[in-house]
Amino acid sequence: MTPAGNLERVLTRGHFAVTAECGPPRGADPDAIRRKGDLLKGHVDAANVTDNQTAVVRMSSMASCLILKDMGLDPVLQMTVRDRNRIALQSDVLGASALGIRNILCLTGDHQSFGDHPGAKNVHDIDSVQLIDTLRTMRDEGKFLSGQEIKGRPGIFIGCVENPFADPFEIRALRLAKKVRAGAQFVQTQCVFNIEKFTRWMEMVRDIGTHEKAYILAGVTPMKSPGMARYMKNSVPGMDVPDHLIERMGSVPKEKYRDEGIAICLETIDAVRNIEGIAGIHIMAIEWEDIVPEIVKQADLIPRP
Amino acid sequence: MIVADRKPFDEIMNMIAPYRRILLLGCNECVTVCAVGGTKETALLALQIRIKRQAEGHTADIGEKTLERQCDPEFADTLAGSLEDYDAVLSLACGCGVQFISETFPGVPVLPAVNTRFMGVTEKAGVWAERCQGCGDCILDRTRGICPVARCAKSIMNGPCGGSHGGVCEVNDSLPCAWQLIIDRLKARGEFDTYNEIEKPRDWSTSRDGGPRKRTREDMTL
Repeated sequence: MTPAGNLERVLTRGHFAVTAECGPPRGADPDAIRRKGDLLKGHVDAANVTDNQTAVVRMSSMASCLILKDMGLDPVLQMTVRDRNRIALQSDVLGASALGIRNILCLTGDHQSFGDHPGAKNVHDIDSVQLIDTLRTMRDEGKFLSGQEIKGRPGIFIGCVENPFADPFEIRALRLAKKVRAGAQFVQTQCVFNIEKFTRWMEMVRDIGTHEKAYILAGVTPMKSPGMARYMKNSVPGMDVPDHLIERMGSVPKEKYRDEGIAICLETIDAVRNIEGIAGIHIMAIEWEDIVPEIVKQADLIPRP
Repeated sequence: MIVADRKPFDEIMNMIAPYRRILLLGCNECVTVCAVGGTKETALLALQIRIKRQAEGHTADIGEKTLERQCDPEFADTLAGSLEDYDAVLSLACGCGVQFISETFPGVPVLPAVNTRFMGVTEKAGVWAERCQGCGDCILDRTRGICPVARCAKSIMNGPCGGSHGGVCEVNDSLPCAWQLIIDRLKARGEFDTYNEIEKPRDWSTSRDGGPRKRTREDMTL
């Protein structure tokens, strides 16, 4: 048995977990990821590295995770099914495990039409539910998707995402349950702004008992400005930013945007902490990683276990 | 049917620039139905080319013909003997037709006048939409008549992804979310429980991924 990573340890011991997203650079400079790692270290239990998010080419998640791991952080390797087929995905799972990367988060991936290479061919050989199932089979049964035996099983903590704010709403808890049945052990949700809808989603999750089968981390994102709030509402697929929050961001003078964004984020953390079945938060401070320590401190989540 | 779009006129003019005598070859099948390469469209394109060439001071030796099917030797062979008068064929058929005429008459350049788009249906007059990718292993029974391979932008088998909103796909607001359609149909039929089944990874070897495909029926071969 591979020893558990920090995130798994924190969650299984019943602590309220804190993870944060760490966007890799659009270049080959390892210091760009080290700087973000330095900011996050000691403030989070694990750091996610996105896999070419919004289909924009960035440093690979695998390489960035290794840099963070060497710094003493517990990295979460995000893995989308957009760019790699089952051969490449399984190969990367073996590679990640060999490098000591313990957490893998399985996602579909944003469509390439949103990114910087809209003429790219997409793959989608398997989907995210099937990727989760593949990872579980590799670890627990020691078998590849082909059924052939793996010599040296990967030791991985399997994660998934779910977007409670996408449609149709009624299947959003059921789809999470599918992912958990397939093998997901932790969940990081889409950014929560609409707390009322998130609360209703969690009720549905509890109704089918999924909160007892996987650790659910609520995604939170501090907004920098009313412009960012509007952009997320109108232009980012799957985001639900209620109008009252956009108005609230716009109601303060420009020099207070930052404070107001942090205040909303802290209120959201406070609200989701009180929802039964929420095991932690996942902070996605998009290109604003330096704010994470302040949010974690103000939310009274320091020191980390 | 196979749905195509006519190439931009300037692209066609550039393509045919090296050739003086050109046969425009329409097809009476799919491209006629989707109004891009039948007799009518062939005549229209021939007229446009003649006018353009004459305006540029060139002679315009443009012939027209429409075959019943360009993808079938029964009809392709009927061109034998009639291509000597031409320097090139400009085909308004799909990519299958262009290739089949080309392989039937390898000595003649056969150029495409259309971009072949997809296998689809006429949704209403003037609107065609994709329905099938020819994956070679149909699952429409399980997905209640709606194909996620062809109609989900990510071909998700356990959908919908987190980009489905208000019944439309994240890629384009004019695209219905295939999984919303599947779920609506499951509910309408009282079969919503089947949503909870996990669809296993597909074997894509029956699709284009297995290499170019061929079907042979021994009992029909001569």
